[in-house]
Amino acid sequence: MSALTAQLPGLQVVIPLLGAVVAAFIRRGTIAWGWATLITAMTPIVAFALLIQVWTGGPISYHMGGWPPPIGIEYRVDLLNAFVLVLVSLVSAIMMPYARRSVAHEIDGDKQAWFYCMYLLCLTGLLGITITGDAFNAFVFMEISSLSSYVLIAMGRDRRALVAAYQYLIIGTIGATFYVVGVGLLYLVTGSLNFADIALRLGEASAVYPRPVLAGLAFLFVGISLKLALFPLHVWLPNAYAYAPSFATAFLAATATKVAIYLLLRVIFSIYGVALDLKTLPVSAVLYPLSIAAMFIASILAVYETNLKRMLAYSSVAQIGYITLGIALMNQAGLTGGIVHLFNHALIKGALFLALGAILYRAGTIKLEQLGGVGRTMPLTCAAFVVAGMSLMGVPGTAGFISKYYLIVGALNAGMWPIAFLIVASSLIALVYIGRAVEVAYFRPVSSAVAHAKDPPLLMLVPLLVLAFASVYFGIDTELSAGVAGRVAETLLSGLKVGGAN
Amino acid sequence: MLAFAPESLVLAALTIPLLGALVIPLFHSAPNARESVTLITAGALALTVWSLLPHVLAGARPAAIDLAVVPGLNIAFQVEPLGLLFALVAASLWLVTSVYSIGYMRGNNEPRQTSFYICFAVALWATMGIAFAKNLFTLFIFYEILTLSTYPLVAHKANGEAIRAGRIYLLILIGTSMVLLLPAIAWTYVLAGTLDFTPGGILGGKATPLVLCVLLALFAFGIGKAALMPLHFWLPAAMVAPTPVSALLHAVAVVKAGVFTILKVIVYIFGIETLAYAGSGTWLVYAAGFTLIAASLVALRKDNLKARLAYSTVSQLSYVILAAAILAPISAVGAAMHIAAHAVSKITLFFAAGSIYTAAHKTEISELAGIGRRMPWTMGAFTIGAISMIGLPPTAGFLGKWFMLSGAAQTGQWLPVAIIVASTLLNAAYFLPIIYTAFFEREPAAHAVGADAAHDHGEAPLPIVIALTFTAAATVGLFLFPDGLLTLAKLMVGG
Repeated sequence: MSALTAQLPGLQVVIPLLGAVVAAFIRRGTIAWGWATLITAMTPIVAFALLIQVWTGGPISYHMGGWPPPIGIEYRVDLLNAFVLVLVSLVSAIMMPYARRSVAHEIDGDKQAWFYCMYLLCLTGLLGITITGDAFNAFVFMEISSLSSYVLIAMGRDRRALVAAYQYLIIGTIGATFYVVGVGLLYLVTGSLNFADIALRLGEASAVYPRPVLAGLAFLFVGISLKLALFPLHVWLPNAYAYAPSFATAFLAATATKVAIYLLLRVIFSIYGVALDLKTLPVSAVLYPLSIAAMFIASILAVYETNLKRMLAYSSVAQIGYITLGIALMNQAGLTGGIVHLFNHALIKGALFLALGAILYRAGTIKLEQLGGVGRTMPLTCAAFVVAGMSLMGVPGTAGFISKYYLIVGALNAGMWPIAFLIVASSLIALVYIGRAVEVAYFRPVSSAVAHAKDPPLLMLVPLLVLAFASVYFGIDTELSAGVAGRVAETLLSGLKVGGAN
Repeated sequence: MLAFAPESLVLAALTIPLLGALVIPLFHSAPNARESVTLITAGALALTVWSLLPHVLAGARPAAIDLAVVPGLNIAFQVEPLGLLFALVAASLWLVTSVYSIGYMRGNNEPRQTSFYICFAVALWATMGIAFAKNLFTLFIFYEILTLSTYPLVAHKANGEAIRAGRIYLLILIGTSMVLLLPAIAWTYVLAGTLDFTPGGILGGKATPLVLCVLLALFAFGIGKAALMPLHFWLPAAMVAPTPVSALLHAVAVVKAGVFTILKVIVYIFGIETLAYAGSGTWLVYAAGFTLIAASLVALRKDNLKARLAYSTVSQLSYVILAAAILAPISAVGAAMHIAAHAVSKITLFFAAGSIYTAAHKTEISELAGIGRRMPWTMGAFTIGAISMIGLPPTAGFLGKWFMLSGAAQTGQWLPVAIIVASTLLNAAYFLPIIYTAFFEREPAAHAVGADAAHDHGEAPLPIVIALTFTAAATVGLFLFPDGLLTLAKLMVGG
């Protein structure tokens, strides 16, 4: 292994971190954009290299600064987080070209460079949470990504963005506090901060201190659930997504909640699941009702929303419900469905939010009632919206279908056919809210707002089309999505300590 | 064409309509070139599908593409007799409808004609995908594409009524397919471990009679395109679409895709013997029988011509379901024959309705007094179509009914026999008055001669007349020369 390959886990975080530092010294928005694009483009290369290494050679353990774990900080890359690293970095890299025109349009000139600096910090934080094997280090990265995302949201043109960012700041801080309290409890009973090490000692500790261990899980669960916007802890999300700059919305929707879900998977499957029998813990019991409530309530809220960004934000809450449902099922097909939806939903929602950003850029509004006929004046943008929307509904042949199919099979395998019906019934609501937008875009007369609109410049259009294409492509070639997700699920489930006769 | 390998013909049939859909928009501003593209595409497709016939009759089952999406879910195609029959009907009638569309769309100055032709081509592509699907998953993909591509055609007029109809259309068709059909498919996979269409079925010995019964219900109602009551009302609503759409899609491609899928599921997924042995299909006879009679009764009361035709379609579709539910091989042959027979006859009737609308701007049956003398070709064709609907010789409709009745009589099921006889009377009751009105009633003399220009009309534009004459001839022709289709249908149950 060459010297560079050995340092890949470190580089995954160090490149964007240093990039952010340099970006802080740039004044011109365009130059900062170029720099951020360059830096972002490097991250998926590292991530893919890591994924290939892990796929062929098994987990990688990287000791930050040469200090061995559990004292030092360990970066531990296995299939699960290599997959999430690829997802986050790849989607960001695809979106970056889009940022220039969109950001220039929505953010004042002197603040643009600052925006890119914050974006790089946020990316650093997200990649850091994903790659680290240390519970407290994850907290630090969580704060980095959260603080920078508050800034990203507050930069929205609408003054309500400030309130939304503030709301998110308060809720996000509460979430982080819960998380760190949970980590503290685990540290108290195990004396360790390293995920793998905690998992090793938790079984014994649980025998002595059953309540702190359980309380730790509760704190971690609530803290992370706030971050991933698990219903009903999602209240920060619709406003934050609605008023943030378009690029920030697309970026955060595609990546931030996904990383939080990753952390939840880690806590449930790599810490608690390894040490204790998950069937004795109230994880599924909590996740089932909340996931199903998210799938239905948030979807119905989306139907009644006329601001399209808020509509998609509620839809995100609903889609997160599918992912957590897959986690709750805890069987091969179900978990694969949850993890693959993590991937697919990032592509789909990324495409949808980019399309809205393009409409905002050209038509100046994303209020549904003002967008009559936009399908005729912005044909490619709206076509991309429709395609990604079909994937969101789970039309067969699209990526969204693959997720739903695995979830349904997972539910049937678990003998829970009512859940299979709830999955399909709730995706019908997606048909209603996407269909409503399509109806206005294509079958209403062209409104004054969109009369002179046209498809956005290529720099914006291409990332949008790429993501829309990907949201169909991964419905047909699923090696990278469902293939990896299946193996991840297998690894996670095989690592579980299964109590009793099961 | 025989020089081509059958495998490449399958591939061509699955590519040509899509290519057409991609090329049509290039000629957006040149309508003549645009329509030529449609005609060439339709012609090429019909030729391709017909070239497959000798191969399949000779026993070949050409396959194309086999792409594993995830383990167990493959996108794969294979031509079998029933699928070929459906593809033959759809592809041939597309060519005829394309000729008709040109006359209709121009005659009525319809807006957005380019997107109309694109969606039409995509819909035909989806139909080919359904016809040639090797497994349930592939069929399901194209089933949904067919719904999505025909939605813009239903909402084409973009007024309140059309948009509402579009909503109903999407909600019912996507809704049933997602909420009922998809779980049924997933459940089938969990039970059988495969989704391939296999002669004799894949569920034999894999499930209890109760499970089979529930599964059959999920399929029967999940395939909303078959318009089994109470999930039929999307079809009358869809009649707001331009007539070529009603004619080809909502009398042939879409609805036939529905009953075709049901037939395929019963024959190749459940297996006729498995179902008959388990007795899980009996209720379907009642459901189909109810739809047959009820829809006919509704049709009796409709004065709007297209609405009456739509309810007639709902009723006729249930013949196919009923025939399949009798669970005798010979009645399954009848079901397949009826798919073809109803297609050519119903498209003739819709062509006639559109012809009347184009020439006389009339939509209600009560307005048609004496129109037979002004539009002899149109109403002549209409009469042939109606006779076929009733099921009298010398028309194609007779054949299907004959086989269905034989199957029912063979297995001693007298209820289906009674239903078929009763519905035949009802068919006569709602079609014969139209013919009587058109030919034997006098045109109202309310308008003085020459006072109303719109009142004075002759036949519809030539492309329309050509198209409906052709399909009327085909309705008789199918009765006189049924051998090809009959052989295909018999091959289906023969293995």
